[in-house]
Amino acid sequence: MEFILGHYNYWVVIFLMMVGFYTVISRGNLVKKIVGLNVFQGSVFLLYISISTIEKGTVPILKEGFEVYSNPLPHVLILTAIVVGVATTALGLALVVRIKEAYGTIEEDEIHRQDHSL
Amino acid sequence: MIDLLINVTLLTFLAITAVAMVRMTDLFAIIMLFGIFSLLTAGLFVVMDAADVAFTEAAVGAGISTMLMLATLALIKAHQEKKPLGRRPWLPLVVVTVTGAALVYGTTDISNFGDPLAPPHTHVAPYYIEQSMADTGVPNMVTAVLASYRGFDTLGEVAVVFTAGVAVLLLLGSRRKKNNSTVDKEDSNDS
Repeated sequence: MEFILGHYNYWVVIFLMMVGFYTVISRGNLVKKIVGLNVFQGSVFLLYISISTIEKGTVPILKEGFEVYSNPLPHVLILTAIVVGVATTALGLALVVRIKEAYGTIEEDEIHRQDHSL
Repeated sequence: MIDLLINVTLLTFLAITAVAMVRMTDLFAIIMLFGIFSLLTAGLFVVMDAADVAFTEAAVGAGISTMLMLATLALIKAHQEKKPLGRRPWLPLVVVTVTGAALVYGTTDISNFGDPLAPPHTHVAPYYIEQSMADTGVPNMVTAVLASYRGFDTLGEVAVVFTAGVAVLLLLGSRRKKNNSTVDKEDSNDS
């Protein structure tokens, strides 16, 4: 029981990661692919924050009367990753808008058909 | 104990939201579900004692990302996902199952959630927890690392965000006047 509760976070993270991965490789709609990538990314954030958590710990802000703080280093990494993630999402969505204008569709198989590439 | 309960409940909600996202075909619904997904993630960050990350995720993940996706939806005027034709519909499922199984096998070595003796808590982190006040005078350790110890990394992050912003402007900025021509994919590369 303790093993299951202690690893539940990691298993849900892996499940979310695989759901995102599945969306990216199995769906042809470009907007949905980007949502899938974001789900994948979110699961990685959760993995890092899960690792940084400590039992009976508190938010890493110094205050009298608190001794145990959660690990601040993964928080910093993920703070950076969230902002960079939004920047890349914006770039991906801009590409989707351009693809829609150039091809008239955002479905991958139709784009391939127009390019005769598949 | 209540922490753990909230944690498990929110994680279960997240998994349900993610599955709903894959199964839906209405793009608007998918994007709104993604907003819920981000908000649940932010809630989880609060439960896991990461306040700074939580409000960044709530503002940037749930707010700006969702808004950008809605704006895209308005521009592309497509609201329905076509069902995938699927030459080999089982192949992605097999790939995902195998990868997931390998990763779950990997978690058997990882220490329990919240274990104070786990490697991440015993090596580098204690230095920052004990010394950041003396070194920088900032009570918030995350801010101390982000802006002081790793200030140059944050500058690099700003460079990345700036580059992405410039790229978005290059892709979309010259859109209006080229609306009539159909083949102008290469035009955005020339500057």
